[in-house]
Amino acid sequence: MAFPAIAIYSFLYLYPALSNLLYSTQRWDGVTKPKFVGLTNFVHLLTNDDLFRKVLGNNIRFTLIVVVLQTCLGLLFATFLTKNTKTTIFLRTVYFFPTILSSVSVGLIWTFLYDPNYGFINATLKAIGLDKFALNWLGDSKYSLYAVAFTQIWFHTGQMVVIYVAGLQQIPAELYEAAEVDGATRWQQFKNVTWPMALPTTAVVVAYTTIQTFRAFDLIYAMTQGGPLNSSDLLVTMVYNTAFVGYKFGYAATQTIFLVILVMLVTWLQRRVLKTNDGTKR
Amino acid sequence: MLTIFAAAILIPSSIVILGSFKSDVEIYTKPLALPKHWNLNNFRTLIATGNVWTPFKNSVFVAVFSVLITILLASMVAFAIARSITITGKVLFAMFSIGLAIPGQVNIIPIFTLFTKLHLNNSLYGLILVNIALTLPISVFIISAFFKDLPKELFEVASIDGANHWRVYRSIAMPLARPAVGATSIFLFVICWNDLLYPLMLINELNKKTLPLTLIDFRGEFATSYSMLFTAIMVASIPMVVMYLLFQRSFVAGLTAGAVKG
Repeated sequence: MAFPAIAIYSFLYLYPALSNLLYSTQRWDGVTKPKFVGLTNFVHLLTNDDLFRKVLGNNIRFTLIVVVLQTCLGLLFATFLTKNTKTTIFLRTVYFFPTILSSVSVGLIWTFLYDPNYGFINATLKAIGLDKFALNWLGDSKYSLYAVAFTQIWFHTGQMVVIYVAGLQQIPAELYEAAEVDGATRWQQFKNVTWPMALPTTAVVVAYTTIQTFRAFDLIYAMTQGGPLNSSDLLVTMVYNTAFVGYKFGYAATQTIFLVILVMLVTWLQRRVLKTNDGTKR
Repeated sequence: MLTIFAAAILIPSSIVILGSFKSDVEIYTKPLALPKHWNLNNFRTLIATGNVWTPFKNSVFVAVFSVLITILLASMVAFAIARSITITGKVLFAMFSIGLAIPGQVNIIPIFTLFTKLHLNNSLYGLILVNIALTLPISVFIISAFFKDLPKELFEVASIDGANHWRVYRSIAMPLARPAVGATSIFLFVICWNDLLYPLMLINELNKKTLPLTLIDFRGEFATSYSMLFTAIMVASIPMVVMYLLFQRSFVAGLTAGAVKG
């Protein structure tokens, strides 16, 4: 009964994943015969590759910014939206809306908004006299990564708000009532009731956001393709470029393996950190 | 604070929606105002010259079949896993769980080479196969979790009456699974409809492209014609938006279940 699923899955998912290992030991341009080079690719990646280091740094910064901001904003908004009134439902619907758009659409829309000459952001800034802030958001290597990070946050925070609302709605009201009776301020209530009880949800939000940032190929491709000067390049776009623009399939496979290890490492770390917290606080 | 974020979402959205009815000049000078004349010129031009209908059909074809087949296969596996008492069930589950840990994008190179050898590139069927393989792990995960939550008696009753596995699956498990299946289907549909990476890699032929791929082309062709671009985005997004407004609860459930359970 399970056979068809197993067949497709093994053939098209597990087997290719493993064959990455094989490709990474070769030097291959995708057209001529591959040449076996053993571990040279790995060595080069870890010692000689400046681009790799830069992109790794980009990715880490991108992930950190997005995870922190998206989680905090998600939780912040959610705390105000837990009651099911007309306003909150309306706001939740609005917030969630970007999530259903395709990342390409989002990328193109924001490319327009960020346009240095005609874009809405700069036009507004100029109109209110803040000319010096009207920067070349996507075209300047200093800012492109942050501009894209901001778009990513705009894109997915709504999703996190909804997840958090579901999690927060499960916190029993008596805890808050007891805290109020004890004279706790809103901030104290948040710190001692909301935050600890929401930790499992936070773990989910952080994990999901992290995976999303490592996958953000579509958005970057639509907005900057990793430029200018690789300033907004992420690991996943680098792999794509190495393979399909640079025609270095073997090396790209090596990068892919590294990407997988990194993602698994980060996920494992997050689970440990957030799980331990959850255990001791309770 | 809340209103700022809401505005941040509504403002760009209105620019796009209104922009698709305006001319280029209007977009640049008055992005937020209502258009002087609600002209459908952009839409007309787009449909006439922009090759939007074919990608639309392609996207529908790929998304619908990917989701249908994935749900069918995933529910079969999930049922087998949930009802299994031997170690096979656990092995199967572990196998699919690995897929959750490994992001699907790591397979781009092997799939590319494999498909090129099999002459499956530039094929919508190939794309469907890839989508199925990619979305099976999360679907199996969600549906099997759902099945596990159901009381065993429901299934055992039928077995005692002499029904075989298939019968139980078809008449009991699947009808009960409707909420989970519904939410998952929407989740998968959105993923397949909006996907860019695999179509980008596998498809070059113009008449086989999917919508996101076509949108990217617009950026080159209509470098500064944002009115056309917005119109194209509108066309690409309207199915999703309509479905969202109609099936809101399932939508949200689906897109967040993918996260919470995973």
